[in-house]
Amino acid sequence: MSDATQTGPVLAADGRPLKRSLQRALRAQKMRALALIAPLLIFVLLTFVAPIADMLFRSVENSIVSDTLPRTVLALKDWDAKSGELPDESVFAAMAEDLKIAEAEKKHITLAIRLNYQTSGVSSLFRKTGRQVKKWDVPNDGPYMEKLLDVDDDWGSHELWRVIQTYSANYTPGYFLNAADMELGPDGVQQVDDSQKIYVMMFKRTMFLSIVITVSCIALGYPVAFLLASLPLRTSNMLMILVLLPFWTSLLVRTSSWKVLLQQQGVINDILVWIGLVDDANRLVMINNQFGTIVAMTHILLPFMILPLYSVMKTIPPSYVRASKSLGATNWTTFWRVYFPQSVPGIGAGSILVFILAIGYYITPELVGGTDGIFISNRIAFHISRSGNWGLGAALGSILLIVVLMLYWIYDKIVGIDNVSLG
Amino acid sequence: MDLPPYATTGQRVWFYTFRVICGLIFFFLIAPIVVIMPLSFSSQDFFTFTPEMLAFEAEGYSLKHYKDLMTSPDWQKAMSNSIKIAPMATIISVSLGTLAAIGLSQSHVPFRRAIMAILISPMIVPLIISAAGMYFFYSRIGLQGTYLGVVLAHAALGIPFVIITVTATLVGFDKSLTRAAANMGASPVRTFFKVQMPLILPGVISGGLFAFITSFDEVVVVLFVGSAGQKTLPWQMFTGLREQISPTILAVATILVVISIGLLTVVELLRRRSERLRGLSPG
Repeated sequence: MSDATQTGPVLAADGRPLKRSLQRALRAQKMRALALIAPLLIFVLLTFVAPIADMLFRSVENSIVSDTLPRTVLALKDWDAKSGELPDESVFAAMAEDLKIAEAEKKHITLAIRLNYQTSGVSSLFRKTGRQVKKWDVPNDGPYMEKLLDVDDDWGSHELWRVIQTYSANYTPGYFLNAADMELGPDGVQQVDDSQKIYVMMFKRTMFLSIVITVSCIALGYPVAFLLASLPLRTSNMLMILVLLPFWTSLLVRTSSWKVLLQQQGVINDILVWIGLVDDANRLVMINNQFGTIVAMTHILLPFMILPLYSVMKTIPPSYVRASKSLGATNWTTFWRVYFPQSVPGIGAGSILVFILAIGYYITPELVGGTDGIFISNRIAFHISRSGNWGLGAALGSILLIVVLMLYWIYDKIVGIDNVSLG
Repeated sequence: MDLPPYATTGQRVWFYTFRVICGLIFFFLIAPIVVIMPLSFSSQDFFTFTPEMLAFEAEGYSLKHYKDLMTSPDWQKAMSNSIKIAPMATIISVSLGTLAAIGLSQSHVPFRRAIMAILISPMIVPLIISAAGMYFFYSRIGLQGTYLGVVLAHAALGIPFVIITVTATLVGFDKSLTRAAANMGASPVRTFFKVQMPLILPGVISGGLFAFITSFDEVVVVLFVGSAGQKTLPWQMFTGLREQISPTILAVATILVVISIGLLTVVELLRRRSERLRGLSPG
């Protein structure tokens, strides 16, 4: 305030209060920044965030039952599944009417497939009944309880009606329960038969293999990063190419070379036989099992461990090591008490990164994992492209997504997502 | 880390053992990539070195697999699809990504962290989940199985790389340069193309290369979002590896390794150039 006589707010050159002018300029600046970001933000929201939201929605969405069988769902409302009796004639009549309409639109097959995930046999029952219902004069040639039971005895199954009633809501936790090897039974949530339990085991195996891969990456990455960080810059830049080349090489190239190397008639077995370590008759089985997955994925993810480790080790001042040695510490004490604690953040960053990438892997386990080396991702892909049980695929995907996002949150706390460096 | 002249025998032994261990790890990293190159020139349909190859006899080697590659309609189609999809996806991610990175590097951006998190998310979310979501959503809006659908999906996947590399270049960008240009009467567009763009170009190009390689190597999303008409090179390799593993794959793999070496060289050169440029400009 140069002019002491002036009271009131400070004015800008154009006579407006300076404070407001500045605010306006700031607002304009914010708008400009947003305008530059907006096209991309909208693009990502539409092409990427919306699909993810759609998947989350599909993991609970279940309107197919009430859409295809509206009358039956309404009529079944009052039926008490625990009574042990079949629903009355009105429900059967509603079912016959719904089926006739659904059959005309060919919707009953889709519904049957959906209900078949919960109790098997529904699919053939609906197909069979659909062919018969076509000829009926619904709703005038009842009673339908008898007619439906004539078509197939399964209509007298108490379980069938209970399933229809349980899944008549528009939203269901059923897929998530299935993903945890549980189901909605007559008495609420219950475990599925032991023979059908696979998903909890799959999640555990995915976790276990990812941990093994992460630990192997630490074991192999730490010495290399240590060497790179301690060599003179010129040499380490040269050696860095050996780390970056695999990083840049196509995933499929690396997977195919492991397939070539590890197979029974492959290079590694040939060498072992030639040395005499392995007998020609019983060559090692190193592919299509967990071993194959672990080796190939460790190779693929190793650069993601080395790069963060290297960048942390680069910042450890060599004078600390020298100071420790001149104070009389042995090489091992120096490393363990002085150097290693300072490299721990690098291990943390690299491990989380490798672990996150590993638990979501699909291609490599699919190609070299056989049956016991596959991950939860392979089940997700299976449900979406082959079995058609999209809801279960979406529920498994949602669980995986939540795990990954939680890990990233931790990663962000430790390293900061902005600090991800590429090569 | 040199061995001091007063090192004890134990230290000497450990010093060389450590180097040997590191050498073995480097070998583990690089050998699988190198080994497929000679195998791709084999004259046999085996995936291992034949005695003729080990003896370096001429009949052990041939260009057979490369000829197969050039004559097979499946591989030809896959190659042309890859060449059609990757550049389009790269153009979209680079143009939108560069603009947004410039916006994000301004000093006052509301919700900066949230926006950044959304833009980076395609890199964070496991590919299988992105692929599943896109499959569901794109079939709803009729993009599943179309060229456009695959291009949009790949562009979304490449965006985080462009954002990260361009923002990193912009951190060292001296803002007084654009102010000086504006001061001398240049319009914002002219300032952008004449002053800012040349300086951040290394970052933009390496971001573009990352986006390109992401799309070019991508297989999970294209498997779900694409249909047989959009079969790309990695997709063809994937089916080849899963069903009947034919040695033609080794020829493709060798070509892809050569391409990666080329890209790696360009990115390294750009990074050094960018560091040099940043070293020159204060701030």
